[in-house]
Formats: sequence, structure tokens, C-alpha cells
Amino acid sequence: MNIHHHLDAATLSAFAAGTLDGALSVVAASHISSCSACRAAALKAEQVGGGLLASLEAAAVSEDCRAQTLERLDRATLHRFPAKASSKSEFPAPLARLLPGMRLADLKWKTKAPGWAMVDLPLPAGSRGKLFLVRVGAGKSMPLHGHGGSEITLILSGAYNDRLGRFAPGDVADLDEAVEHEPVAEADQPCICLVATEAPTRFKSRMVRLVQPFIGV
Amino acid sequence: MSKSDDRALRRQDDQEAQRLLSGVARNLDRTAFAELFDAFAPKVKSVMMRKGATHELAEDLVQETMIAVWTKAGLYDPTRGAVSTWIFTIARNLWIDRHRRDGVMPLTVLDDYDPPSGEAGSDEVVWRKQEAQLIAQYLDEIPPEQKEPLILSFVEGMAQGEIARRLNLPLGTVKSRVRLAYGRLRKKLEVLQ
Ligand SMILES: [Zn+2]
Repeated sequence: MNIHHHLDAATLSAFAAGTLDGALSVVAASHISSCSACRAAALKAEQVGGGLLASLEAAAVSEDCRAQTLERLDRATLHRFPAKASSKSEFPAPLARLLPGMRLADLKWKTKAPGWAMVDLPLPAGSRGKLFLVRVGAGKSMPLHGHGGSEITLILSGAYNDRLGRFAPGDVADLDEAVEHEPVAEADQPCICLVATEAPTRFKSRMVRLVQPFIGV
Repeated sequence: MSKSDDRALRRQDDQEAQRLLSGVARNLDRTAFAELFDAFAPKVKSVMMRKGATHELAEDLVQETMIAVWTKAGLYDPTRGAVSTWIFTIARNLWIDRHRRDGVMPLTVLDDYDPPSGEAGSDEVVWRKQEAQLIAQYLDEIPPEQKEPLILSFVEGMAQGEIARRLNLPLGTVKSRVRLAYGRLRKKLEVLQ
């Protein structure tokens, strides 16, 4: 995969710290699963976490806690490597885990406006964001929108263009609240993206804003 | 103790920790495990308390973390980073797991990386060791306004929005300080390329 658009360093840091919202983490993990550059960057960020851990002052641990831990060793089951998942999913692994046994063809698309449809996805527990798939028809556009919070989009198939460039499979658009964009799918096929938002996406045009409650983005 | 003595100690600590961990992985060496417990349990407890855990919860999570160190010792991959990094990721995942346990969905995969790919080349291990040293140096040198958001995030477990509120800064400023911090880290690690 030839990836041109990557995760923001601030996103990678929050991901490595475990403080990124669950919905955004699914998209970030999905990108990392196919991007060696972001994987390396996430590992570096984890090392920052390890370095900070090592430099912390110690907190006294009770003798009970130590004794109980040592006692439990006999009963603890040693970890074995899980057998590598043999069934190749069409979805990146972190997403496939949320959609066990599902195929792209099984998805129930809900048409939200001419040229684009969505599927809401189950959220990881504790997440306050939204997670969904969007399908923009060949040559169609998504309305111009800004963001109430962060939005991360991973292209799964097809491609789109907007003022930030061309986004093809594996590319990720990691945008914060200040960015507005209007993606247009390329003419040869629909563009399917995995999207996570932290807060409701705001559409610019009054018309779209009026129908927004019905579109449900 | 001067800063450089402190760093030398940490460097040694990591080599020693790797030796102990491989004793656990290969021979189920309980003495080695007890030494790892004494070195890391107080740090893990410290992180948990700073994330807001009570004394009881913190010790509960210390137990869980250290039991995972015992059962997963064979999964530790020295090419991925220092032992402290590995233990940090275990503690981080257990903390998140604890907070999501009452939810309906499975855990988001935060450690969705490959298992170690067999024996690591010794060059790579040496390279990683140098990298871990540079990262320790970097954490000593980084300006406080860049280090603070990292501590609040990695140690206290705050999201960037919460950090912005805590520091009374716009979210964009917090994000750009984090970006600057990683830009500085990239520069620091350039000597390894
Ligand atoms: Zn990337």
C-alpha cells in the first residue's frame, strides 16, 4: 500500500498513551495496521511512556500485595500465542474485531442524501465519539463540512480528492476542528471510508444543516 | 546524584530487567520475578495513583500488571523498546480495560501489533538500546511546557481536551506543544539513522 497521508503526531501520542477516544482509536489502529511509518511512530511514543514510567518516583507497595502476587504465580496460566487468524477479512483487523464475521457485502447501507450512504458501527465501550462507514458515489461529493471536534477518516476503497489532496486506500485524513473540506469521490468507483468523529460534524450549507438531524451524521 | 549518573543507572536497569525477564520466560524463575516486582511494582502503583486510582484499586492493578508480566514474559520483544515500555503498555491496557469492563463492547485494540518475529538480530537490539538511552536523555532535556502535556497524558491518563482545560490553554496550543515535543524527539533520534 502506497500511503501518502498519515496520522497527526498529537493523535499518535494520545493513541499510545491510551487517552484517544475509542472511536478515533479504532480508525487510528486500522491505519497503523497497514502503515509502517505510523506504526514506528506509535512505538516511539510508547517508549516516551515507558521512559516517563521509569522516571516516576516509587509508591510503596504493601507486603500483602507482594505476597498475594507471588502466591498467584502457581495458578496463573502462561500466555500462548493466539493462532494467527486465518480468515482474511476485507476490513482492517481492529475494525474486523468490531464486526465479527461480517463482509462488506453484508452491510446495510442507509442512503442519507443522493450520492452518499452510511452505516453506523458499534462503538467501543466508554467511547464518546461516533464511528461509521461512509460510501460516496462515483463522482459525487460530500457536502462541505467543518468539525465540532477531531475527525479521522480512513479510505478503505476507491479514492477522493479535496483541497488537502488525493486520498486513496490506506490514506488517513486526520483533521481537527479548524479544518473544512468537501471530498469528491473519483469518477471510476464509489469511495468507502471508515470515519470517527469526536463531536457532531457541522455542515456549512443551511440546507444540509436543516436536514442534518435526519441525516444523523 | 547527577543527571548523568541517574541515566547510567537507568540504562543498567534496563539491561538487568531484560536479563530477569528472560529468566522468567525461559525458566519460570521466581527469584527473577520477585526482583522485577520490587523494581517495577512501585512505579506501576505510582502511575495508577496519579491516574486517580484509590490505594486498593492501584494495588489490585499492580497485581494484575505483574501477573501479566509473569504470564506474557515470552512475548516481550526487545526490539520494540525497553522493559519499562513493555510494562507501561500492559499497565495502560489494564487501566483502560478496567474502565470499559462495564461496557458492552470489547476493548479497542490498542496493542494491535505483531507478536515478536522470532529471534531479533543483535544489531537491532543494540540499536534499540541506543534509542532507549536517547529517549531517556530527551525526557531530561525537553522544555517543561512540552513535557507537561506528555506527563498529563501518559502518566495521569488525561485526554488532550482535559489537558487543555487543566492548563487553561486552547486545545490547539496543547496539540502543537505535543507536535513540537515529537519534532524534537525525531531530531534527537536522527543520529541513529
Ligand atoms: Zn501512516
